[in-house]
Amino acid sequence: MSEFYTSVHLDESKCKGCINCIKRCPTEAIRVRNGKAVITTKYCIDCGECIRQCKNHAKLPTHDSMDEIKNFKYTVALPAPSLYAQVNNLDDIDIVLTALKDMGFDDVFEVSHAAEIVSAISRKYVPAHKEDWPIISTACPSVTRLIRVRFPNLIDHLLPIKPPMEIAAEMARKRAIEKTGLPSEDIGIFFLSPCPAKVTSVKSPLGYRKSDVDCVLSIKDIYPKLIASMKTVVEEDRVEELSETGNIGISWGSSGGEAGGLLTDSYLAADGIENVLKVLEDLEDQKFANTLSFIELNACHGGCVGGVLAVENPFLAKVKLKSLRKYIPIARTHDAPPDIHPDWDEPVHYEPVFTLGDSMIQSLVLMKKVDELTEKFPGLDCGSCGAPSCRALAEDIVRGNASEKDCIHIFKQYIHKLSDEFQNLQ
Amino acid sequence: MSESLNLNYIITNEDFTRAGEASGDVKSKLKMMGVPPEVIRKVSIAMYEGEINMVIHAGGGTIDVIITADDITMILKDHGPGIADIDLAMQAGYSTASENVRALGFGAGMGLPNMKKYSDEMTIDTELGIGTTVTMKVYFKPKS
Repeated sequence: MSEFYTSVHLDESKCKGCINCIKRCPTEAIRVRNGKAVITTKYCIDCGECIRQCKNHAKLPTHDSMDEIKNFKYTVALPAPSLYAQVNNLDDIDIVLTALKDMGFDDVFEVSHAAEIVSAISRKYVPAHKEDWPIISTACPSVTRLIRVRFPNLIDHLLPIKPPMEIAAEMARKRAIEKTGLPSEDIGIFFLSPCPAKVTSVKSPLGYRKSDVDCVLSIKDIYPKLIASMKTVVEEDRVEELSETGNIGISWGSSGGEAGGLLTDSYLAADGIENVLKVLEDLEDQKFANTLSFIELNACHGGCVGGVLAVENPFLAKVKLKSLRKYIPIARTHDAPPDIHPDWDEPVHYEPVFTLGDSMIQSLVLMKKVDELTEKFPGLDCGSCGAPSCRALAEDIVRGNASEKDCIHIFKQYIHKLSDEFQNLQ
Repeated sequence: MSESLNLNYIITNEDFTRAGEASGDVKSKLKMMGVPPEVIRKVSIAMYEGEINMVIHAGGGTIDVIITADDITMILKDHGPGIADIDLAMQAGYSTASENVRALGFGAGMGLPNMKKYSDEMTIDTELGIGTTVTMKVYFKPKS
C-alpha cells in the first residue's frame, strides 16, 4: 500500500501564520498552529495550491538538485512536455534536448514520446471498458490522490495505466542499460517536472509498486542554465536530431491534450483543482450522461503548464505549445512497444482519512457534536482560529486537536463573562 | 441505544441549480461517518432525484433526514399538486414535466423509478391538490 507523503514543506522563519493557504487548500489539510502553517500529510493531495498562494514564500516544494547527477555513472533527462512551452519562439525541440545533454546529462528521453504510447494504449482500453465509463485520467497525481481519499465510488473509473513519466523512465533505463552495459543502479533517471506532485508520485506511487525515476528536478531550477545551453548549442551549430515526439505527445503538456490523443469527441477536460472537485462531485452523483467515455482532469489551471514549478504564464505557455505543434507530425508512435509494462500492478484502495470516529456509531455521536459546535460559532469563517472555517474548527475540536476558545469570538465572550464575574465579586 | 442525527433541509424553487445542496451535505456527512461507499452512492442518487422532483413538480418543500448507526431515513415533503396515478408515475420514462423543464435536461421520467431502485424501502403518500410525502430508507448493512 502506498504511504502518505507530501512534497510541500514549510520555511518556518518566513511563515507569518496568515490564513491565505488554509483558505485555499481544497482538502482543508492545513491549520495554523502556534503561529505556523501545519499540513496534515494524510489529507494533502500535493496540488501545490498553498505554494501558489503563499505571499511570503514560506511554502516550498520538495525536489532534488542537479548535483545528484554526480551520484550516477550515466544519467538520462526526462523532459516533461510542458518544458517546451517555457521557451520563446521555439520551433525545434531538438534545441532543448541537445541543450539538456550539454548541461551534463548523458542522454534524453522525452516524456511526450511515452505519452504517445499511453495514448495508443488508452485508445484500446477506453472502448473496451464501456462498463466503467467515463474512464478518468490518472496522469495528474493530485487528482488520483484526491479520488483515493474523497471519492471512493469513482476509484473503479480510474485508468489503470502508468503515467507517461513512468513509461518514459522504464524505456530510458532499458535503453541506457543496452547502450552502456552498466547495472541499473548506476543509471540515474531524472524527470524535469512542472510540479511537486510528481515528487510524491515517485516517492510513493499509486497504482504501481515502484517508480523507475530516481530524481525529480524543478523546471524553474534548471531554467536559467537550460536557456544558456540552448544559446550555445545553436551558436555552435551542434543541434542533434533527438526528438521522437509528435503532436499528440506534446499536447499532453496542457489541458485537453491527453483527451485529444484518444481521437474521440465524447470527452470532458477540466483543469484547476476547484473545477476538478466540481466535476468529481457531479460525476459521483451521476449527473453526467453516460455517453461520456473519458474525463481528463488536471489539478493546475491550464494543465501541466500551470504547475508551480513552471516558469511561463500557463495561458501563454498553452499558446506556445500550440504554435510548436505546427512544425511536427501528428504522432511518431502509434503502438506500444511489446517489451514495456504500462499496466498498474497494484490496486488503489479507498483511504477514508476524513472519518470522524472508529465506528459508525461513534462517528455519528461525534458528527452531532460537530453540528452543535458549528451552531455556537459565528459562521464568519474568519480563519483567526487557524482553521479554514467554523465547521473545520468544530471538527478539529471533536477530533481533539483544538479547543472552543481558539475561536476569538467565543474567547471574547468568555473574557466578558470573567470580567462581569470579577466586578460582581468586588 | 438509538442515537440519531436529525437534519432538516428547506428546498426552494427559486434556483434549480441549488437542487443537490441537501443531498451533497448528507453525502459529505455519511463519508465522515465511515458509511460504506456503495451505500453513500445509493443515498445520494435517491435523495438528489427527490430534490430535483420537488423543485420541478412541487415548487420546493422540506426534507427531514434521520441518520442512525444502522440506516438513513429521508422524508421528502411538499405541498405540490400531488401525484394522480402513482403506478403510472413509477413507470420508467413517464413524465409530466413541462417542455421548459425538459429543455434543461430534466424530466426524463426516471425520478421516481430511480428513487425506488436506489432505496431499500420507499413509501409515497400523496393527495391531489394537497401534496406528496415520499419516505425512503437505506440500510447501511445488507439486511439478513
